[in-house]
Amino acid sequence: MLSRTASNLYWLSRYVERAECLARILDATYRLSALPQGYGSETNEWDSAIATAGCVASFKEKYPEANERTVTEYLAFSPDNPSSIRNCIEIARTNARSVRTALTGEMWDAINSAWHELYRYDPKRITREEFTRFLNFVTETSVRFDGTSFRTMLRNDAYWFSRLGFLVERADATARILDVKYHVLLPREAQVGGPLDYFQWASILRSVSARTSYHWVYRDSVKPWLVADLLILNRQMPRSLASCYENINRYLDDLAQFYGRQGQAQRLARATTSKLENGRMEDIFQSGLHEFITQFLSDNNRVGNAIGDQYLI
Amino acid sequence: MRAPDGSIRPAYQQLAHWLDNVPKDVLDYRRKEAEFIFRRIGITFAVYGEAASTERLIPFDIIPRILNRGEWQKLSKGLEQRVKALNMYLYDAYNKREILRAGLIPEELIFGNPVFRPEMNGQAVPHNIYVMIAGIDVVRVDPDNFYVLEDNARVPSGVSYMLENREIMLRLFPELFIDHPVAPVENYADDLLATLKSVAPLTSSGEPTVVLMTPGIYNSAYYEHSFLADKLGCELVEGRDMFVKGDMLYMRTTEGPKRVDVIYRRVDDDFIDPLAFRPDSMLGVPGLMSVYQAGNVTLANAVGTGIADDKAVYSYMPDIIKFYLGEEPILKNVETYRCREPGQLKYVLDNIEKLVVKEVHGSGGYGMLIGPAADKKTIENFAAKVKAAPEGFIAQPTLALSTCPTFVEEGIAPRHVDLRPFVLTGRDKTRIVPGGLTRVALSKGSLVVNSSQGGGTKDTWVLDR
Repeated sequence: MLSRTASNLYWLSRYVERAECLARILDATYRLSALPQGYGSETNEWDSAIATAGCVASFKEKYPEANERTVTEYLAFSPDNPSSIRNCIEIARTNARSVRTALTGEMWDAINSAWHELYRYDPKRITREEFTRFLNFVTETSVRFDGTSFRTMLRNDAYWFSRLGFLVERADATARILDVKYHVLLPREAQVGGPLDYFQWASILRSVSARTSYHWVYRDSVKPWLVADLLILNRQMPRSLASCYENINRYLDDLAQFYGRQGQAQRLARATTSKLENGRMEDIFQSGLHEFITQFLSDNNRVGNAIGDQYLI
Repeated sequence: MRAPDGSIRPAYQQLAHWLDNVPKDVLDYRRKEAEFIFRRIGITFAVYGEAASTERLIPFDIIPRILNRGEWQKLSKGLEQRVKALNMYLYDAYNKREILRAGLIPEELIFGNPVFRPEMNGQAVPHNIYVMIAGIDVVRVDPDNFYVLEDNARVPSGVSYMLENREIMLRLFPELFIDHPVAPVENYADDLLATLKSVAPLTSSGEPTVVLMTPGIYNSAYYEHSFLADKLGCELVEGRDMFVKGDMLYMRTTEGPKRVDVIYRRVDDDFIDPLAFRPDSMLGVPGLMSVYQAGNVTLANAVGTGIADDKAVYSYMPDIIKFYLGEEPILKNVETYRCREPGQLKYVLDNIEKLVVKEVHGSGGYGMLIGPAADKKTIENFAAKVKAAPEGFIAQPTLALSTCPTFVEEGIAPRHVDLRPFVLTGRDKTRIVPGGLTRVALSKGSLVVNSSQGGGTKDTWVLDR
């Protein structure tokens, strides 16, 4: 397979996943900001949304303040933000066009119709209700794209590269959410279960669409260390770091077997996977949740770069 | 559809009957459905000069254009003859140049041609085939005669529409195919692949690797490139995907470099190699020409085929066919006045309002004057351009092009059509799928069928009876 084709498939999935993550973050932020004063946290939710999306610096250059209007505009529609939802879908389609031959008709259809649909939303005139529909549309696009690839693609290198892009992006997104909100997940004896943080935890679960899953897994009220466990170590949870890496490892192994050789990407991914497989929440809290997540973000980045160097250029 | 006496020609009998009986809203509904499907699949093209994001659909007309077997057989013989002559002419023009010694064509037609490639002088190409893929634009003016309007020997496009139009018709009007024994076209991709493999370099070992080279997603025909690569089952490469090492051409793959043997290139000569041609080209592969000259890669079509298909050499085609094949041309040439010759230039300028004047190197319907349809000012301006550089122009009388019933605003009305069949020349044989791309001028009375100028397309049926 052409390296450029592999690269396009990889980034196509990354951008579709990124669009969905942004949509979920925005949705969770809207919910949190709709709470009456006093229920939210002392920090500005819109600031956290920008931080989670990883674009604080570029945002600050453009807007004096983070609020509903500016953050929505920047994360959802802004042409100046290379990772706005709109740009993600644009880039995804450009990538899809470049690799039409490697996509199934159904996948192309999913991404091409989304691109046509995108222009029906006018950011200047969008109402709150329409915006909710817009966010739904973005999640549905991602689900449809993902579903069509799962159902229709041959299980060969094209599929594995597409999966890898999706998983590396997903691991990154989950880790970023944790990175921004880690402080509310720290066990603080005095305040456990305190009413203020409850909505923060709920919001974290919502931003990875795991509210129901949480209850099924733990059969318990929302507790911060369990939220952390669910998102970091729980392999049943498809957005957890452990689950992402279990699969990254698997697809990299498939590639190594298919091509008959392995390299840096496989080695790095294996190291990260074993850290997650052998990790225990107590130890992670002990040595610092924040440090753990920062380290993970950088490991994940290195795996992404290694995949790039090994296959995509 | 109709013979000169107004009667319906045999090939159209059943269709005419069907058209009389089908309710208009059914046609209307299916036309909308066709448009929806085209947009969904993404069969779009970009119009240069419009904003980069604009992607337009070529209007598709749901009423097919029909030829019967006898008509097709004659046409296809003529096409084969013509393309054979084009290949022999190219071989001669880049080698011994016997045609010049015979005094049949002026020297400047070759040497003065900006698309003449001195790099190709004496250059061997596999099996002396230069034009593996040709698109010959023909029109019919009466029941017995096809005229060639234009030869396309560089990178002819449009074949994806031939294939997709048929798919859509099969989907929308399955009932019509029960009454009409329509010869299939779906084997085109297999024919193309067989053709491309047959011209692999002599140095390639085993199964040759064929790729399709595109300028990229911003090219107006990108859809077609990806469509064909898909049907051929070959990689769709851009220049940046390939590199030259030790007189061999490789593409970058996830498993490391892989040798490329045959390039079906949809990139013009000018852009394929910045070291040999335009140094500012970002679309090519530096050093590609040196691999080509070493005989380690085949380009389809060959470099330098432009000297065989411009509008100036066109006027000599009947002589070229007679010279190389010793046969009378089966397809006619439209009478052509060469403005490079003073006598003919005078005639053109005196009669310009009756003529179609074209730039020798123009394409896509740009840079032409349709005398009968133009106003006085336009004609004057164009005449001035012709006077300033007469060698850049030819002129032809307007033809009474055949028409085909077409679904337009006011209902079903006749519109002018032309036809571009695709001729594949391989080492083993010539392959032509029965049909081609029918283009239709959608506005009343118009003769311009180019998609960039508001033309549409139709499915083309060759009946197997």
